[in-house]
Amino acid sequence: MIPAAFDYVRAGSAEEAVSLIAEHGEDAKFLAGGHSLLPLMKLRLAQPTVLIDIGRVNDLSYVRDGGDHVAIGALTRHMDVETSDVLREHAPLLAHAASHVGDPQVRHRGTIGGSIAHADPASDLPAATLALGATYVVQGPNGTREIAAADFYEGFLTTSMAADEMLTEIRVPKMGGAGWGFQKFNRRAQDWAIVGVAAWRRNGDAGVALVNMGSVPILASSVASALAGGASIDDAAEQAAAEADPQADLNASVEYRIHLAKVLTRRALEAASG
Amino acid sequence: MTTTDATTATAPGVIGQRLLRREDPALLTGEAKFTNDMHVPGALHLAVLRSPYAHARITKVDVSAALQVPGVRAAYSGADLADLWAAPMPCAWPVTDDMKNPPHHPLATDKVCYVGDGVACVLADSDTAAHDALEAIDVEYEALEAVTDLEDALSDRVLVHEDLGTNTSYTWALKVEESEGAVDRAFAEAAHTVSERYVQQRLIPMAMEPRAVLSMPQPFGGDVTLYSATQVPHILKVMTAITLGIGEHQVRVVAPSVGGGFGSKLNVYAEELLCVALSRKHGVPVRWNETRSENTMATIHGRGQIQHIELAADDNGKLTGIRVRLIGDMGAYLQLVTPGIPLLGAFLYAGVYDLPKAYDFECTSVFTTMTPTDAYRGAGRPEATYAIERAMDALAGEVGVDPLELRRRNFIPTESYPYEAFSGLTYDSANHDGAATMAAEMLGYDELRARQAEQNVDGASKRIGIGVSSYFEMCGLAPSRVLASLNYGAGGWEAATVRVLPTSKVQVVTGSTPHGQGHETSWSMIAAEKLGIAPEDIDVLHSDTAVSPLGLDTYGSRSLPVGGVAVAMACDKVIDKAKQIAAHQLEASPDDLEFAGGAFTVKGSPDRTMPLAAIAFEAFTAHDLPDGLEPNLEAQVTYDPPNFSWPFGTHMCAVEVDVDTGEIEILKYVAIDDCGVQVNPLIVDGQVHGGVVQGIAQALYEEAVYDTDGNLTTSTLAEYLVPAASDVPPITTGHTVTPSPTNQLGVKGVGEAGTIGAAPAVINAVVDALSGLGVRDVPMPASPLNVWNAINHAQEAPK
Repeated sequence: MIPAAFDYVRAGSAEEAVSLIAEHGEDAKFLAGGHSLLPLMKLRLAQPTVLIDIGRVNDLSYVRDGGDHVAIGALTRHMDVETSDVLREHAPLLAHAASHVGDPQVRHRGTIGGSIAHADPASDLPAATLALGATYVVQGPNGTREIAAADFYEGFLTTSMAADEMLTEIRVPKMGGAGWGFQKFNRRAQDWAIVGVAAWRRNGDAGVALVNMGSVPILASSVASALAGGASIDDAAEQAAAEADPQADLNASVEYRIHLAKVLTRRALEAASG
Repeated sequence: MTTTDATTATAPGVIGQRLLRREDPALLTGEAKFTNDMHVPGALHLAVLRSPYAHARITKVDVSAALQVPGVRAAYSGADLADLWAAPMPCAWPVTDDMKNPPHHPLATDKVCYVGDGVACVLADSDTAAHDALEAIDVEYEALEAVTDLEDALSDRVLVHEDLGTNTSYTWALKVEESEGAVDRAFAEAAHTVSERYVQQRLIPMAMEPRAVLSMPQPFGGDVTLYSATQVPHILKVMTAITLGIGEHQVRVVAPSVGGGFGSKLNVYAEELLCVALSRKHGVPVRWNETRSENTMATIHGRGQIQHIELAADDNGKLTGIRVRLIGDMGAYLQLVTPGIPLLGAFLYAGVYDLPKAYDFECTSVFTTMTPTDAYRGAGRPEATYAIERAMDALAGEVGVDPLELRRRNFIPTESYPYEAFSGLTYDSANHDGAATMAAEMLGYDELRARQAEQNVDGASKRIGIGVSSYFEMCGLAPSRVLASLNYGAGGWEAATVRVLPTSKVQVVTGSTPHGQGHETSWSMIAAEKLGIAPEDIDVLHSDTAVSPLGLDTYGSRSLPVGGVAVAMACDKVIDKAKQIAAHQLEASPDDLEFAGGAFTVKGSPDRTMPLAAIAFEAFTAHDLPDGLEPNLEAQVTYDPPNFSWPFGTHMCAVEVDVDTGEIEILKYVAIDDCGVQVNPLIVDGQVHGGVVQGIAQALYEEAVYDTDGNLTTSTLAEYLVPAASDVPPITTGHTVTPSPTNQLGVKGVGEAGTIGAAPAVINAVVDALSGLGVRDVPMPASPLNVWNAINHAQEAPK
C-alpha cells in the first residue's frame, strides 16, 4: 500500500506530454485519473520511475459533434461521458456504459482515455467503444495517427500504441436510431464485470463486444454474422463465445463465463431489438 | 416499524430514548483521533517483512543491505530479537489439559507457517523508507508443502509443527445424556433423521481502521505507554508485561478512537510487542501502521469450520437427539482465544429448541498453514446457529412440514422460562413464538408462500425462496465460574466507577472499551436515568488503563449486560452514600428519604429536600458529614454476572434467484431481535443493521480463499468482496422486549445478534428457492458461480 519512490512531472499539453515521455523513456508512465495505475503502484506491481501527470491537460476534456461521429477528448471523465447530451443522442450505449464504471468517486476521477489506454479486458469502455466501431487518435513525436478499435488491443494490457505515443481522442460513429443493450454482470455494483456485453442493432447491422472474455476486449463477430444471416436472437447468442478465450478466476469458471456470455448477449440483443 | 415500547417500565426516563450518539460529530468530521493520527516527533517507523511462503524453513536472513537504505536506523531478523521475549505470545484459553500449543514469537526464526508470518523488521525515519528497506532484506527459504484443507490437515500427512508430532491441537467434547446411550437410542428410534455437512468459510474481519500501534517509552525508569487500535487495552497490558518481562505496573495501554474490531482487535499481536520491545531497546517512540494488504493476512481470520450435524426427531418433527462433529481451523498458531471459539458455539447447536438430554458434541481443531483464526463477530455462535437452522430446514423437508411450523413445534415454550437446558445452562427469558409471529407478519410470510407457489413452476427462470432463522445469542460474557469450567484464563466480570464531582457533574469510568458501539452515549444514559441528571452532565472515561485500571474490555456482546449493569450498580452505591449525607443534613432517618428527580426528599414533607448537587458539594468540602463517612461521592463496583444473557429473535428473508445466471436478489429482509430492555433503540437498530449486513456478507459475498500452495488469493478489497451500501437490501427491524430477569436493567446485549441470525436466513431462502430444481444445499458464499454450479449438479444428479 506504499508505492516505491518515483519522480513526478506535470505536462501542460499533449505535445509536452509526448516530449516528456520521449525524454524519460520506458520507465515513465502517463498519469491521468490514476484509478488503474495508482492501485498497481501501491501494491508495487507497477514501479514507474517517473509519472507524467496529464490530468490537467484541460483541452483534452471534451465531447464534440464531429459530423458523422462524436469526438471525445481522452481526458474526459467518465461522469462527463455518462452525462453528455451529444453522446446520449448519438451513442447512448457509450454514455450508459460509462455510468457502470466503478462507483461515483471513480467516475469523477477516471478518464475514458485512461481506461482505453490501460486496455484492461475487464473494463467496460474498451468493449463498448469496440462494439461501436470507434477509432482512437494517438499522438506521437511525429504527429497524430488513427487506430481502429479493432486493431488497437494486442494482448493483456497491451495496445498497438508505441511507447512514445499518447491517446488523445476517441471517435465514435453516430448511431442515431440504433437499438442498443449493455449487460454488466458482477457481484458488487462497483466491481469489474465478471462478463459484460455491449450490443447494438440497426436495420440489418449489429455490433457486439464482450467484457472480460479473454486477454483483450472481444468483438463477437459471429453473433453479428449470424444475425445478418437471419438467425434468431437466441440462436445468434449461442455464438457469443466463438471469438472468446475466457479464463477462470475466483468469480467464474471457463464454462460459467461462456454460459454467461450467451445469456447476457441474448439479453443485450433483446434490449437492442426492443 | 413495529416496536414494542421499551420505555414503558421506566418512563418518563432517559433509558429508551433514541438519543443521537455523542461520539458521532467527531467521527463524522474527521476530528476523532485514531492511533495513526497522533503526531510524535522522532518516532521510528516499524515495517515487517512477511513470508511469501505458506510453509518453509528459513535458511538465511541477511538484513545488511536494508541498513544501507537512506533513513533506515535498524533492521533485525527473528533470531536477532529472540532474547527480547520473556514468554511466547499468549493463548489465554487452553481448552483441554493436553491441548497442543506451539511456541509463537513475534518474528519467526526457523520456520514460517503461513503467508504473512513475520521474518524480519526494519526501523526507519519514515514509513516509506521502512517499506523500501524491506525489499533489500535477503531471506532464503526451503519451501515445504502447504496444508489448507482441514481434512488433509487431520491426516497429519504434512505436519505444520513437526515437534508436536500431529496437526491436531485438541479434541473437546460435550456429551449430555439422560442415561447412557441416550443419543444412540434417539437416533435408532427416530421417525426422521437428517445428516448434514456445512462449511463455515474463513472470513477476514476487515475493520475499517486497520491496526496501528505506537509505543512511547518514558525516558527514565522503564515505564512505557502503548497506544494501540485494540478492543482490549486491559488484557493487552497484562499480556505485554508477561510476554516482555516488564512489571505490569510499568505498562500503560491506551486505545484512542478505534475504527471497528469485530473480534479482530481482541488479541495480542506481534507488532504490539515489537513496538514496545524496540521502543525500549532504542529509547525512542516506535510506531507501526498496518497496510490493508497486511491486514488481510497478518490480522486474525474468523470462522473456518467443517460441521457435521445430525438431528433425530419423532414423527411430528419434535427433536429427540443431536449429534455434532466439528473440525476447527486454528490456522498456523493459537492466538489469544483461538481454541475457545468453537466452544462458544458448543452449547448452541440445539438452538432455541426444546431438546431432551441427548446431545453429543465433539470438536477437533487442527493447525493449517494459514493465518491464525480467532474471534470474529459472534465467535462460534453464528456457526452453531447456521448449522442448526440449516438442518432444521432439511428436517422440515424430511418431515414434510413448513419450516416455520417445524420451528414452532420445537420452540422452548415461553412459560417454561427460566429454562434449564440440556447442557445445564439456564436460559433467562424468551418468547420465541412471539418473535417468529412478528417476523412472519412483517415479512408477509403467507402471501409470499402463495406467490412462490405461483411463480416457481417448471421452467421458471426466476424462483422465489423464503428463509427463516430463529436464534439464541449466548452473551454477556460471562460468569467467571462458568469460564473456569471451560478452562478460560480470566474472569468475566466488569468494573465501573461513578464519581459525582463537586459541581455535580459526573464521571463514569468503565472497563468496557468501545470501538464503535456508542458506549459513551449509552453509559451516560444509564447514569442519567439512575442519578436523575441530564446525560450531557455526564462524561464517560474509558480505554486507558491509567484512567480505568480495572476492566475486561469489549467483545462477545458483553458490554451492556456486564459493563453497563456495573455502571448502574455503581450509581446505586453513590445514591446510598448520598442518602446518608442527605439524611444527616435534613435531620431525617435514611429510611424516610425518597430519591427521585435527582433529589432526596423526606417522605410526606416535600419542602424538606436536598438535590444531589448540594450533596456532592457537601461530600467534597467534608465540612459536615456524618461521623465515619469518607469525603467525596464516588463508588466503584466490580460485577460478575450470575448468568449469561440470552437475546433471541427470528430473521426472515425472501429472495429471488435468477436461474439463468445464479444471481440472487434479496426481496425483503426482516429482523426481529429481542435484546431485552433497550437503553438506546437507535443504537440497537444500528447494531442490527451492521450485524445483518455482515451475516449477508458471509452468506453471499465474503470468503478468504487460499490456493493449494497456501497463498491468500483474496488479499485486497478487489477480491475480498465486502458488500457496499448499494449491494445490501433495506432491512426492516422490529423488536419484542423480554427483559432479562438476571440484571436490574433487564438488558441482554445486541452486538452480534444480526450476524447470528442473518446467514442461515439468507441461505435457507436460496435453497428454498431452488428446492424445486433438486438443490439441497448451496455453499457459502452463495456466489452466482456457486449457485449456478449447485443447480447444474442437481440437474445432472440421478433422480
